[in-house]
Amino acid sequence: MSIVATYLSWALLVLGGLLCISGSVGLLRFPDFYTRMHAASVTDTLATGMILAGLMLQAPTWIVLGKLFMILVFVLLTGPTAGHALAKAALHSGLKPLLPGKSGVLEADNKPSGGV
Amino acid sequence: MKIQTLSLGVLLVAFWALNSGLFKPLMFGLGTASVLLVLLISSRMKVIDSESQPLYLTKNIPGYYLWLLKELVISNIKVVGTIWRSNLQLQPALATIKMDHLSEMGKVIYANSISLTPGTVTTEVTENSITVHALDKSSIAEIKSGEMEARVRKLDK
Repeated sequence: MSIVATYLSWALLVLGGLLCISGSVGLLRFPDFYTRMHAASVTDTLATGMILAGLMLQAPTWIVLGKLFMILVFVLLTGPTAGHALAKAALHSGLKPLLPGKSGVLEADNKPSGGV
Repeated sequence: MKIQTLSLGVLLVAFWALNSGLFKPLMFGLGTASVLLVLLISSRMKVIDSESQPLYLTKNIPGYYLWLLKELVISNIKVVGTIWRSNLQLQPALATIKMDHLSEMGKVIYANSISLTPGTVTTEVTENSITVHALDKSSIAEIKSGEMEARVRKLDK
């Protein structure tokens, strides 16, 4: 493996790791279920993608490369499906999202706002 | 034989080859047998159609994926920026956005693309509208601008 691929691979792995940490920090900092879901989706998409891309560059055979690619495809397909199911279930079971009120402070609104 | 059956067969063979990686005669025989069995069962279940094998998308989907990847990176940077901001001033929003008629497949692609990009998640899809929860209300305006919808509409043709 060439030296360029090694450096690129490690750059991708480290960046992906940092994004994972960012997702976790967001999970802790954000105030409610719905906003936390957005933080988690950073870990779901770009962080996973970068780590898998970094690993693909180090793949010893085509079979391993293909398997890593399949993992990426399945994660990207199932992530939004699970996210949608979670958000819909939460909304239908009556969990109100925090929305900015008149004073700009976040509060649990009873009716979803119609527009921006 | 339908073209969808052929494409499912090719897909299954590729999937098997990638997972197995062993090309001994016994493995090959077992692989062929399982692929044929799956094809037989699927055709008896009548699940091989243009919904499970949307071949008409093949021409336009690579361009859409590239565009979606770009959007994915941009919105990731935006959300990570929000996460590390020292004073957290969130402006989340929940809005129902009207859309013109899309095919069933178009609606699935549209809603999933919105959920996939960080910062927005689809909570409800109806015949002519989608409900979206966004981390920042600027994302709602972006969806309302209809660029993604137009790109999904182009896939249908």
